[in-house]
Formats: sequence, structure tokens, C-alpha cells
Amino acid sequence: MSQSETLQGDRTPFNEAEFMSRDRSVHPPALTPIYKTSVLRSPRLALWSLQNSLSEVTGPVFDHEELGPLDNDLILNYAKTGEPIGERIIVHGQVMDENGRGVPNTLVEFWQANAGGRYRHKNDTYLAPVDPNFGGCGRTITDAQGYYKFRTVKPGAYPFRNYVDSWRPAHIHFSIFGSGFAQRLITQMYFEGDPLIPHDQIIATIPDKAAISRLIAALDLRAGVPLDSLAYRFNIVLRGTRSTMFENKLQGN
Amino acid sequence: MIQSVTYLGETPSQTAGPYVHIGLIPHQAGFDIFQNNFSHVLTKPETQGERIRIEGHVLDGLGEPCKDILLEIWQANAAGKYNHPSDRQNKPRDGSFRGWGRTGTDFQTGLYHFETIKPGPVVGRKGRKPMAPHINFWIVARGINIGLNTRMYFPDEAALNAEDPVLNIIEQAVRRETLIARLEQRGDEKVYVFDIRLQGEGETVFFDI
Repeated sequence: MSQSETLQGDRTPFNEAEFMSRDRSVHPPALTPIYKTSVLRSPRLALWSLQNSLSEVTGPVFDHEELGPLDNDLILNYAKTGEPIGERIIVHGQVMDENGRGVPNTLVEFWQANAGGRYRHKNDTYLAPVDPNFGGCGRTITDAQGYYKFRTVKPGAYPFRNYVDSWRPAHIHFSIFGSGFAQRLITQMYFEGDPLIPHDQIIATIPDKAAISRLIAALDLRAGVPLDSLAYRFNIVLRGTRSTMFENKLQGN
Repeated sequence: MIQSVTYLGETPSQTAGPYVHIGLIPHQAGFDIFQNNFSHVLTKPETQGERIRIEGHVLDGLGEPCKDILLEIWQANAAGKYNHPSDRQNKPRDGSFRGWGRTGTDFQTGLYHFETIKPGPVVGRKGRKPMAPHINFWIVARGINIGLNTRMYFPDEAALNAEDPVLNIIEQAVRRETLIARLEQRGDEKVYVFDIRLQGEGETVFFDI
């Protein structure tokens, strides 16, 4: 076997799109006693580090056709006798990777409490009432440049049983897929200026202050609809694809 | 002056919280909103492959079943090919099998289950060594700050498991056992029982992928 054939043997085309390893310093560690539930639900042993194989660089693909026309409109997707009560807002942004490239055609799902901080969930017993015209969930698929948007009412703060006086800031939960299962992410979006943010024990699980600021959506007056809705902008960054130029092919990205 | 190397930082993870069902499986939260719901059934009638059921509990550090966990699985088809454009293995794609599903543990019992097919072996990293048939798991919940990744392997694939490049990087053999399901034959149905222990004795191996 010639030397060039030996080299060629490693240049298989299977894993061209490996992801950069996750920078765990921007994420909360598993064990964060300030958030009490994490104490019994956090592994005590170290994670085993895996290099990407096809199992990690691939992930489910969703089609725009699978969603209904109102799936990204929380003002109308559960309207029964009228529209929900609350501050009408548009939430929009771009899903990007760490290289700043838009992530196209990826599923983004979101859920939230109503304007009074009450969730439509059989386990939520908070005394604030449910809104008969508000479900509290939606989903969309990013466009060719990675942009998404949806319409909703701004959620209210609500208490939770952590410390006796713990209140969650207004927030919207997000679930994002990306192009590979290794990019799978769930997070929460907060609102600019909310005075509960510095008091929240779930935000405090994130050790990096700069990383926390990336979860706070900015008021975006120009993206609102005059005399109708305010807007907030929330960009989401998923793991980037790294070059594999010296592993299985000669060219870079 | 040194040129700067900058990347955007990844958006930090936050817990999915106790009401994750609202957004991801609204039926379990107690209401109906979407026309088309994602589910724990990965198969359609025309899907190729051997039907199996996967079930189990997710146990906390006291061994108590967690009743508000959300689980997702991602797997190859019966031929060992993922339904994704990056999979260029020379194997047939099954258009009736996305390879992904999600479910929640039951609010009363803590049991979860999936209905799927047994995947074929997939080529390993850089095309070198095949991986034994496996199912990729991702779990999130209240109290879990960042999603946990693990894999389920099949007890009736001992020879392939012994050669699997991922199982073999786990230094302690006793820990590899935490990734191998238990097979139960219930009448005609093949059930793979896969319990996930978050913490403590028999703690499941979780991966930084």
C-alpha cells in the first residue's frame, strides 16, 4: 500500500459537520443547591466526553408543512370566546451558531404562563386564574436565514416553592433543535429591565454574568406594530460547526 | 497586536421546569391545541424493522421515580442509517421513519415508554469501526439545569456491544452495564427496560457530546 493510500484511508466523508465542543463554563453546572430540586437530580460522577459520531451530528428534521397556520400565534391558537388578556407582544430573533451563521429550517418551540403568571397545566395550583383564551404554547420553524417570530402576551411573574419567597421573573421557555442532536437546547428568555432577574435562583445557576445577559431579550420598539403590539428581540446561539480539515478531508469548512 | 479569535457564546441552558409538557406534549399537561402532535410512537404501519417497546423509570438520588421528566430519543433505522442529510452511509433511507420521538414520565407512576423499531448498527466515528445498535437519549426536567445525554444498548447484542467504540471508552466495566437495557418478552412483544439513575448507586453514564 502506498503512503497516499494510507492517508486516504482516514479521509472518509461521514462526519464532515462535527460540532465544536460545548463550553460548559457558560452553562449552569448540574449541582446548584441554590435551586433545591437540582440536589437530588444532578449526577455525582463526571460526564464521559465523546467525540462526535453520526449519532451526535445528525438529528431530527421537521417540515414547515407539519405545523398549523396558527402554531406561532399564541393570541389566536387557543382563542375560544375572545382574545387573551395581557400585554400584546411579538418575540422575534435569529437562531445562529457560534460562527454567526443562521440555522435554517430548525424547529423552535416555546411555552409560558399567562399574563397573571398561571400555567395551563394540571399540576399548577397557583391561585391566579387561567385565561380561557390562552393556551400558552407555540412553535415555528426558522426561515432560510434562521429567523423566527411569534406573537403572544407577556407572561406574569409567579411564585415557586424554592425559598419561601421565591418568584420567577417573567419568562418564556424555549426549546431549539439545531441541525444535530448535539445542539439540542432548552433555555428561558427573560425581559429587559425586570427587577426580579437579580433575585432569581434559577438564573443564578449560571455562573457567568455575561452569559446571563444573553438570556435577556431587549425591547425592540421598531419591530412592534403601532397601536397593536410591542416587540422583544431574542437571538439564540447554538453550538458551531468546527473544521475537520486535518482529520478527514483536506479542505476546511 | 494579536488578532482576536471570537465566536459567539452558546446560549446558556436553563431547566425545562415542571411544566415542560405545556410546550412539548400539551396533551399530558391536560389540553389539546395542535393539530399535529409529536409523540412516543416512532413507527408508521409501513416502517421497516422489528417492533420493540422501550420503557423504564428515571430515578433520583434517593431512588425515587421522577414523575415530570421529558425524554427524547434519536435513532437510526433498521438498516443503521439516520434520516438526516449528513448521513452518507451507503444504506437505504426509510422515508416512513424520522427516528425521533418524545414522551414524559407518567405523573402517577413515573413510567415512560416508546414504541419504535430496533436500529441497525451505524458506522463509527470517521468511518472506522461500527457502533453496536443503540438509541440516543436526551432528558430534561425540573431540577436538571442542562439536558443529559445518554445511550441505550441492547442486551441481545453482546458481541457487538463488546466491540462498541463508545462503550469501550468507559473505563470501568461496571459502568458500561448502566447503558444496557434488560429484555423482557411479554407475549409477542419485546420490551427493553431501561431505567436511568440520575445519581448515586448504579448512576447511569451521561455523556458530554
